[in-house]
Amino acid sequence: MGNTLRSVLIGKIDEWPEKLGKSVNIGKIQLAVFKLESGEIRAIENRCPHKGGVLAEGIVTGEYVFCPMHDWKINVLDGKVQEPDIGCVKTFPVEVKENQVYVLLDR
Amino acid sequence: MKKKNLVLIGNGMAGIRTIEGILNNDSDQYEITVFGTEPYPNYNRIQLSKVLQGDNSLKDITLNDWQWYEENNIRLYPGETVTKIDKNQQVLYTDKGKTKGYDKLIIATGSNPFVLPLPGVNKEGVIAFRNIDDTETIVKYSKQYKKAAVIGGGLLGLEAARGLLNLGMEVDVVHIHDYIMERQLDRTAGKLLQQELEKQGMNFHLNKVTTEIIGRKRVKGLQFNDGSQIKADLVVMAVGIKPNVDLARETGIPVNRGILVNDYMETEVANIYAVGECAEHRGMVYGLVAPLYQQGEILAKRICGIETIGYKGSVLSTQLKVSGVDVFSAGKINEEENSKVSMLHDDLQGVYQKVIFEHGKMTGAVLFGDTKDGNKFLKYIKSSVSVEEYLQSIETKTNESYSVADLPPDELICGCNGVTKGVIVEAIQSQGLTTVDQVKSCTNASRSCGGCKQLVSELLQGTLGDSYDQNQKEAICNCTILSRDEVVNQIREKGLTHIREVMNVLGWKTDGCSKCKPALNYYLGMIDPLHYQDEKEARYVNERMHANIQKDGTFSVVPRMYGGITTAEDLRKIADVADKYQVGTIKVTGGQRIDLLGVKKQDLPKIWAELDMPSGAAYAKGLRTVKTCVGDSYCRFGTQDSIGMGIRLEKKFEGLNTPHKVKMAVSACPRNCAESGIKDVGIVGVEGAWEMYVGGNGGTHLRKAELLFKFKSGEELIEMIGAFLQYYRESANYLERTSAWVERLGIDHIREVLSIESKVKELNARIEEALSVVQDPWKQAISDTNLLKDLYEAVKIPAETR
Ligand code: SRM
Ligand SMILES: Cc1cc2nc3c(=O)[nH]c(=O)nc-3n(C[C@H](O)[C@H](O)[C@H](O)COP(=O)(O)OP(=O)(O)OC[C@H]3O[C@@H](n4cnc5c(N)ncnc54)[C@H](O)[C@@H]3O)c2cc1C
Ligand code: SF4
Ligand code: FES
Repeated sequence: MGNTLRSVLIGKIDEWPEKLGKSVNIGKIQLAVFKLESGEIRAIENRCPHKGGVLAEGIVTGEYVFCPMHDWKINVLDGKVQEPDIGCVKTFPVEVKENQVYVLLDR
Repeated sequence: MKKKNLVLIGNGMAGIRTIEGILNNDSDQYEITVFGTEPYPNYNRIQLSKVLQGDNSLKDITLNDWQWYEENNIRLYPGETVTKIDKNQQVLYTDKGKTKGYDKLIIATGSNPFVLPLPGVNKEGVIAFRNIDDTETIVKYSKQYKKAAVIGGGLLGLEAARGLLNLGMEVDVVHIHDYIMERQLDRTAGKLLQQELEKQGMNFHLNKVTTEIIGRKRVKGLQFNDGSQIKADLVVMAVGIKPNVDLARETGIPVNRGILVNDYMETEVANIYAVGECAEHRGMVYGLVAPLYQQGEILAKRICGIETIGYKGSVLSTQLKVSGVDVFSAGKINEEENSKVSMLHDDLQGVYQKVIFEHGKMTGAVLFGDTKDGNKFLKYIKSSVSVEEYLQSIETKTNESYSVADLPPDELICGCNGVTKGVIVEAIQSQGLTTVDQVKSCTNASRSCGGCKQLVSELLQGTLGDSYDQNQKEAICNCTILSRDEVVNQIREKGLTHIREVMNVLGWKTDGCSKCKPALNYYLGMIDPLHYQDEKEARYVNERMHANIQKDGTFSVVPRMYGGITTAEDLRKIADVADKYQVGTIKVTGGQRIDLLGVKKQDLPKIWAELDMPSGAAYAKGLRTVKTCVGDSYCRFGTQDSIGMGIRLEKKFEGLNTPHKVKMAVSACPRNCAESGIKDVGIVGVEGAWEMYVGGNGGTHLRKAELLFKFKSGEELIEMIGAFLQYYRESANYLERTSAWVERLGIDHIREVLSIESKVKELNARIEEALSVVQDPWKQAISDTNLLKDLYEAVKIPAETR
């Protein structure tokens, strides 16, 4: 494996919808990418650990997204499902350089 | 002085109640440590059946949250089991390798479900119903499988069965006796109960002994000793509980069925106590919280060195927590040869009441259908009321309807927690309590099974008079302490204009959640429809996208077909679109229109543009459909133009935002082919008039609509519908259907308000204002490039090939 990450350009930060998520498919990888109220961009796996709900369509508040299927609450910073439910989703590092948003993926 | 170490094994209801008692008595003597196998804070086990029945979520049933442990300096080890006690060294060991010394040790390990030792019992799909994990497993199975069997027709089994019905399963209840709940009811009441539950959809197999659980790896069914079989994909075992005494036995603490304790809950080993379902006192092991809480209080006193007369045993009463069924029993349930019985049995009203006397004293009661006298009888039994006293009490009882105001102060209101009327009234007065929740945290009344909530509310009403608002609800969600009314009033008073502002100004504890954000968005728009800028980020996905999301992330499209009327041209357009975009399924909905299912998100705007039909709002908290019957233009029974009226109503009210969805129907005669009787607003045409029914619901909680008014002219009818809808918009809680709202306010109250002509006019003026800004959301989306990009675009990046 090694520590080689590749960075993939997914769009412009100022064009990203605020307080919303967007589905981003890179090859077979499906991401939910959120622009939080703080302006920060976060990327997680676009699949709820409960029953595979599309997290990108959830309601976003602070650092959490609520799955649109059965309302599980998931922290987009660390991917952890909140009590009383349990589980976690993968998170992906994001980099913003000169208005461009990149996701860092394993090679 | 160094504090002594007090350790509790078992983070459950009886154990924590004891700790609460200790904290109340004297919080400084002990360093408290709690070990609990379950990875949760102390929760209300009783309400698990409500969770299964869908009335409560797991979050609602926590009794002591994590913070409570912290605030009271209690060291909690959740998810950690005590595996060994060394009673000589006064040390215990856990499964995580911890060692902990104690000065005093309380064992409150509860019970384990009793599992019948049948062949096949270890198959997948056979479960008990005792804790959060079981509940979640059952819910999970219900989503995959159809047929459930419950073994055991007692309290627990029946509550589980009701839950399974609510989860959409077919339910067979298997019981070994010839009638259900034989430990709490006599045969007559048992049979009445069975009939009622059969009406709710349960299927009973009585006198059946299960001999085997069939299936290969997974359960497939049950085999009985009479050779018959039933099919089942899920088997819930609810045949009883057995006290969890293994740890105590291995420690060498004397155990019979439960851990043997004296009147002070002391075991025979020094400094070790037992309380709750694991304890056996004077030959009795209890399985209900009321006696366990009494034990807990006595033990708390003992441990704090406060004098107490000790525990003397309890008279039990039971109540089944299944909605729509009222049964109660206390003390003896079956009469013996020399008993005297007072009985009342009214088949017409579905009421049965039996009171048993022995040696001239009341010793038992069984009630079915009407249980409001239950607590009174329990008290009579406890105090051994004589036949004469009883007869006197019913003679002096007037024909007036029963009221808590007439009860004496020592009347028990909350059976589970043993709280009397006097204690509650005193607390309301001396502590200035104004809500049921406050009474709950202050006195514990209604904190367990919740059966007495209504009585507590009536006591508040009686004590505070007009200043008590019965309809006040709890906070709108956990992000705030404010209720719906407080929030709405503050928005109005302070002129708040957007969600963030509301949260900041009103001191929200979080950034909001999926409950409060959509609610605030609705309230803000309801209060100021002309200026409020709807926040799409706060909307649930369906309402944000104007399409219903499917489980695979695709969407559905339901165009409007006013009153269920369509044209060849519209059908052709639908067919063309379906072909072009390869729509997965075309379905006729239950709302008299057509649904295109399985549409990709990025195709939505294109389909809307090509259809060029208005949105059917099948996703909206707003007007859905107006169903109609053919009516007088064709039908031989028709008295009115139901189609015409339906179309008028749909055109007038489409696009309106409401607290929850609103469905209407117009039928042209009482045969009601458009099902007006189960709609939020259901119109029935009769000769020369329109009847207006409201508050019906055909969903989870089926409710028959009630007649509000009858009008000669269609204009008057439409005006009243406008007033009704606006009154609902202004006073309902977000996500409260008209059915729940009408139930809460009462049809008489609504009729009274809407009988005031000026009120009807004002409400109409305000609804017109709200309707004036309505736009078709599909048209809006396809002409707004920002919306298209923000919401409907999918970012696709091909896999990098290097
Ligand atoms: C499409 C339709 C079923 C069908 O194929 O016929 C339907 C589909 C859904 N219904 Fe329904 N309901 C449909 C008619 C009904 C009816 C019958 C009727 O309206 O005459 C009822 C019972 C009547 C009533 O509401 O009083 C009904 C009672 C519900 C309920 C329970 C509401 C309640 O108050 O208990 C829900 C859940 C909810 O709203 O929380 C629900 C929720 C849903 C949702 C939106 C589930 C969801 O929240 O995502 C379903 C979307 C499925 C999907 O994947 O797209 N649906 N639903 C019907 C659309 C009618 C339409 O043309 O707009
Ligand atoms: C679905 C359902 C409905 C019910 N309805 C009613 C009702 O309507 N009215 C009523 O009065 N009662 C009802 N009951 C019964 C009531 O919930 C129990 O009587 C009560 O919870 C018993 O309290 P307890 O503290 O003795 O045991 P529990 O609440 O079971 O607590 C014991 C705890 O100890 C833990 N534990 C066990 N061994 C160890 C160990 N070695 N180390 C650490 N932790 C351990 C267990 O995991 C458990 O969490 C109902 C029960 C169920 C399951
Ligand atoms: S369409 Fe309605 S009844 Fe059918 S599964 Fe969905 S919510 Fe349930
Ligand atoms: S799929 Fe996400 S909560 Fe169920």
